[in-house]
Amino acid sequence: MSIDWNAYPCADFYDELVAEPGCGRPAVEGLLADLEALGPDELVARQEAANVSIKEMGITFTVYSEEGGTIDRTWPFDIIPRIIPQSEWEQVEAGLKQRVQALNLFIDDLYHDQKIIADGVFPREVLAKSVNFRPQCVGVSPPLGIWAHICGSDLVRDGDGTIYVLEDNLRVPSGVSYMLENRLVTKRVFPELFEHYAPLPVDDYPSQLFDTLAALSPRPADYPEVVVLTPGIYNSAYFEHAYLAQQMGCELVEGRDLFVDDDDCVYMRTVDGASRVDVVYRRIDDLFLDPEAFHPDSALGVPGLMRAWKAGKVALANAPGAGVADDKVVYAFVPEIIRYYLDAEPIIPNVPTYRCMDPDSLAYTLEHMEELVVKPANESGGYGMLVGPASTKAERETFAELVKKDPRNYISQPALKLSTVPTIIGSKLEPRHVDLRPFILSADRQQVTMGGLTRVAMRKGSLVVNSSQGGGSKDTWILPEQPEGN
Amino acid sequence: MLSRVAENIYWLSRYVERAENTARIVTVNANLLMDLPRGIAPGWRPLIDITGANALFEEHHKEYGERQVVRFLIGDERNAGSILSALVAARENCRTIRDFVPREAWELLNELYLYAREELSRGTTKSGRHAYLKHLIQGTQTISGMLSGTMLHDQGYDFLHLGRFLERADMTTRIIDVRSANLLPEETTDLRPFETIQWVSVLKSLTGYQAYRRSEQVRVQRGPVLRFLFQHQDFPRSVRFSVDSLQTGLAKLPRNEGALRVAGRLKRTLEGVEPRRLNQQQLKQFVDDLQVGIGELHDEIARTWFPPPLGMESQSQSQG
Repeated sequence: MSIDWNAYPCADFYDELVAEPGCGRPAVEGLLADLEALGPDELVARQEAANVSIKEMGITFTVYSEEGGTIDRTWPFDIIPRIIPQSEWEQVEAGLKQRVQALNLFIDDLYHDQKIIADGVFPREVLAKSVNFRPQCVGVSPPLGIWAHICGSDLVRDGDGTIYVLEDNLRVPSGVSYMLENRLVTKRVFPELFEHYAPLPVDDYPSQLFDTLAALSPRPADYPEVVVLTPGIYNSAYFEHAYLAQQMGCELVEGRDLFVDDDDCVYMRTVDGASRVDVVYRRIDDLFLDPEAFHPDSALGVPGLMRAWKAGKVALANAPGAGVADDKVVYAFVPEIIRYYLDAEPIIPNVPTYRCMDPDSLAYTLEHMEELVVKPANESGGYGMLVGPASTKAERETFAELVKKDPRNYISQPALKLSTVPTIIGSKLEPRHVDLRPFILSADRQQVTMGGLTRVAMRKGSLVVNSSQGGGSKDTWILPEQPEGN
Repeated sequence: MLSRVAENIYWLSRYVERAENTARIVTVNANLLMDLPRGIAPGWRPLIDITGANALFEEHHKEYGERQVVRFLIGDERNAGSILSALVAARENCRTIRDFVPREAWELLNELYLYAREELSRGTTKSGRHAYLKHLIQGTQTISGMLSGTMLHDQGYDFLHLGRFLERADMTTRIIDVRSANLLPEETTDLRPFETIQWVSVLKSLTGYQAYRRSEQVRVQRGPVLRFLFQHQDFPRSVRFSVDSLQTGLAKLPRNEGALRVAGRLKRTLEGVEPRRLNQQQLKQFVDDLQVGIGELHDEIARTWFPPPLGMESQSQSQG
């Protein structure tokens, strides 16, 4: 048996590698032939080698099991890379920077003068109902005026090739460690591809992240002490927390390693005694950060941390309250937010979105539920949403009731025809749907990862890419237009 | 280095050492019983006495039978001192500090834990026990060796060292305590041959038989064995060697004045006695004194370098 690109189905969706039967997209033409030359048996062998590497390298994520315990699962990875031409990526990169810049201005405005509300661009009632607005943060001015230092935005490509932003994650976005490890694994199992292609490197992310965090230090003269704050080993992203701490050469701390003293400074308990901390890259949700300010019974956080932050004695990244800009109703306003603060048109479009708070949109949503994806404002991981085309009548009726009860909490979007990438299924290559999560760093300057984490829905026809629900991942290549050699 | 990480390394080390020691005493007891006549054989109860878990044991078992005791010591997770519990605890401590522990050591520990759990039914049979325990002892030795041989010898290593020798000093004193106490009436000459067997078994529990032979060149008997196990400066499982090692480790750490003082007191207690002159009663008292000293040293280490126990953070902040 051999790989036959003529038989590869790419008519119904935009495929990232295959333009039409038997013909690759311009940036990757040679790659299809290279894969064909390897043959299916060799591809399967490489995939198995990748699985073994991942196991040996201990790349895992944690899932909660039915028995109540937790288990480390090895990270699911498909070896066929997803490829984006550099010229297209440069546009995306500019669009992401623009978007996050506007979002940071928006958050800062909401916690200060709320001009955007006074000017009638953003409705007060949306803010009033936001579950991620933190009154504790009103009036605080974090360093450089930046709230969301690390943002992970999810991008999707529709049937006609347009790239949209599907959502922004401004609280504790995860996945970047897998982006880095995916490249390492690809280098191990596909070394010959790198002789013909030169995807732009991704591995300077940890040092960029460190520079971003260090730039926030309240004691700029000294070498800043940056720590990564994790909820602990049972968190699903613990691998990533440990990985980033190690890569940045920082301490990985838990809440009980830190304390806030009478001078409002944050210290960590070390063998040598108390040691001052300048910047906390916190991977704990707002509400668990500080039992004095939020959940009083949280044991994960650090009592007094908010006090220290407000006093400017420590920087928190992301800043508490940054999540106000990533609920799905606020998302619908991002194009207006960009125009309002930057006086520019959005470079990357939003997916057309119906806000159920508008009576017209609500009526439209209820009428067209079968064609739409309906999402609650504040769920992540693909939970609690209705995918119209895949739903039953009974499900739609139940959901319609939910939406009518609390329209502010819902938005709807046309079901997109997510793009596909060839993926090894059994011993064949089949198209599977993907999305892309790049990470945007903002401090004294902005930087975007070279590509991002491509997530794959491994089940045929499925659009659900979350690893907690059976999704996989791919290495993402940003390729210069004229590949060397080939 | 973070206090929490130091604590995790310390306990990782203690639990690995504990698993090994427990495996040793079970092995040796089985051998001892085969050599002693029924009438005077002490049975299995002394092993529970060594670990001090009698109350817990009696909650679940009516008699100190072989099957019950062995199962309790090897694989009962209700018993925090069982081999399986020790490996579970070692693994949990290791999981949170994987940055500090060489990957191979973590993998070995993980494998050893899986073996202990999956092969447990083999370990509780008479025929499979020896191989099971031997595998565990070798596994723990490999882990210790790998840590010493590959881990960065920085502060983290110092805490590894402290955990190992504190646990060892503790276990050696417990073994001497129980093994010397209830076996034979003193001065009974007709039981001489068995007395020798008893003391050989004490030495073997601590893998000290060959070392004793080489170093002491006298018959195996009470006085020299006690001196060897308490005070020999080169035998790595003697109390003296453990205490010396603790002092060396402590000397490298910051803010060590309190801990060094407590360790010095422990050393003086140990040196101030000539073990062979002690009768049974005095020996018991001597062991108790040492145990108290070891406990105090642990408390001082924890107070100086480890994070405050949960719920007591506020007290220690003023020390910060």
